[in-house]
Amino acid sequence: MTGDGHGAAPPAVRRGPDAGDGPPSPPVVALEGVVHTFGELRALDGVTLSVEAGEVVGLLGHNGAGKTTTVRLLTGILTADAGSVRIHGSDPLVDGPAVRRATGVVSAVPAVDGRLTAVQNLRFVAEVFDVDRDEGQRRARELLDRFGLSERAEDKVEGFSSGMRQRLALARALLPDPSLLLLDEPTSALDPVASRDVRELIDRFAGERSRSVLLCSHNLVEVQQLCDRVVILEHGRVIAEGPPATLAAELSVGRLRLEVDRAHAPRAGRLLEAAGLPFEASGGRLVLTRPGGVDVPDLIAELVAAGVRLHAVTPEDASLEDVYLALHERERS
Amino acid sequence: MTGQGQHRLHWRGIAAVTRRDLRIVRGSKPVIIPMLIVPAILLVLLPAGMALSVRLGADAIDLGDIDAIVGALSPEVAARVAADPAAGIIEVALVYLLSPLLLIVPLMTASVIAADAIAGERERQTLESLLLTPLTDRELFTAKLLGAWLPAVTVGVVGGVVYAAVAELATIGLVDGRLFPNLVWAGLVLWVGPAIAAVSLGITVLVSARVRTVQEAFQLAGVVVLPVVALIVSQAAGLLVLSPVLVLLVGAAIWAVAALLLPAGARAVSRTRLGERL
Repeated sequence: MTGDGHGAAPPAVRRGPDAGDGPPSPPVVALEGVVHTFGELRALDGVTLSVEAGEVVGLLGHNGAGKTTTVRLLTGILTADAGSVRIHGSDPLVDGPAVRRATGVVSAVPAVDGRLTAVQNLRFVAEVFDVDRDEGQRRARELLDRFGLSERAEDKVEGFSSGMRQRLALARALLPDPSLLLLDEPTSALDPVASRDVRELIDRFAGERSRSVLLCSHNLVEVQQLCDRVVILEHGRVIAEGPPATLAAELSVGRLRLEVDRAHAPRAGRLLEAAGLPFEASGGRLVLTRPGGVDVPDLIAELVAAGVRLHAVTPEDASLEDVYLALHERERS
Repeated sequence: MTGQGQHRLHWRGIAAVTRRDLRIVRGSKPVIIPMLIVPAILLVLLPAGMALSVRLGADAIDLGDIDAIVGALSPEVAARVAADPAAGIIEVALVYLLSPLLLIVPLMTASVIAADAIAGERERQTLESLLLTPLTDRELFTAKLLGAWLPAVTVGVVGGVVYAAVAELATIGLVDGRLFPNLVWAGLVLWVGPAIAAVSLGITVLVSARVRTVQEAFQLAGVVVLPVVALIVSQAAGLLVLSPVLVLLVGAAIWAVAALLLPAGARAVSRTRLGERL
């Protein structure tokens, strides 16, 4: 990409591993040692992360962990104090128009104009992103249809529900056909049903055309459902990175479900407490939340020896929540 | 500013932002209502009321009330005032005393729209989505500028024509010949008005980039009305009287101020500066 903005071709986008035999393309997103401060507050403190073509990466962290700052740095709205920010190998501050042309952004507050109709919102995006007029109209109609908004196309958006607004915001982000989607807490302001709808749309549209996605969220279920890999931020620093299962293995987190006679559950619980094993109990089900290091055959033998009728012992994969909580505890200690 | 090498402007994108801003303005009562009421008062009711009061009180006219300004007028105008006080006083009022009000309309229109276009975007939480478009900082600024300046100038010119028409109608049978158009009026409407709209834009943009609400922006940018008030008071006091040459000079001075303010405004609405305040 060159620095001449609109005259430049869009950034070369590697569409997955079969992109050709030439030199490897740079990652779609690459942050190296990025620092950003707001006054005294160090919002990002040496963050390094990458997103490859076709990859869906979750950026997980509490409110204020630095997720939104990361998105704003990637789109050239903020300037890094140190480190390097690249989208398709280009600096958003130097090649801003081309970078933003290749990037669709959806934030917690739907980026739609309430005083315009749904179709006017999409037409505006088509014009600003210089999408061919006929093609823009075709895509707008198609997106409104696929996002279930066709019947309200000519209505002002100020009358839409928050879920409809967010679906329109997603349609807006997708209209220019970006190779990268940056989703910043896209469901945080939605009710559970609207959240599920938007998550399904993200899942469907992220997979199309090998789009790369960086999903910023503090919703662990959402990230686990949608992402191949997670990067966990805390106080502006990356504290862990990898697929959830790998992180769980590294942190020795997981779950072990014991099913016992309901009448024997208190006895089993006392035994687990005595062994210092944290667990959650519900009726005849006891779930060890941190079974790392537990010798399962020994545990079974002890329970049976104590007269507990044991029906099943089932290891469960760690949820992202387990990983996140374990990391959080590790950081605090 | 960032991300804007030397390249041709993306006029389609600029036009889209400008059109969108104008569409939003048209549908916004808080913006449209003052843009209708203020010109109606200043450019219709005031000249009509002035002419009516002269008609009703022609016998009681005391030229001492406008001594100061008459003393500063050209000898021809002063002679006309002396010969026919009723016609003279209406000419002095409509052509000289009230005509600076023609500047209030473009000034206020530019300020109201510009405040809505930047602080309003922030208030409606749509500013970030605008910053995420491929438009460069310069293109965004150009779009915002045109979206406020074009309507301001249009409303100013239309307001000037309406003022002249109302003045002519209200003085039928009172004044021999026509008061409008004249060079002072034309200079104010076509030369000074657009300039003062540009200054008003520059100040409002500078203020809007730093505040969170349209209300704050509009209140702080209101200082721009002071030079117009000063012009009205100066004329009433006989310190200066608008003449074609003076109008030309005042316009040039205001354009010069606009040329200083607008680049500063452009810097204030750079992406990264606005981004820090999102």
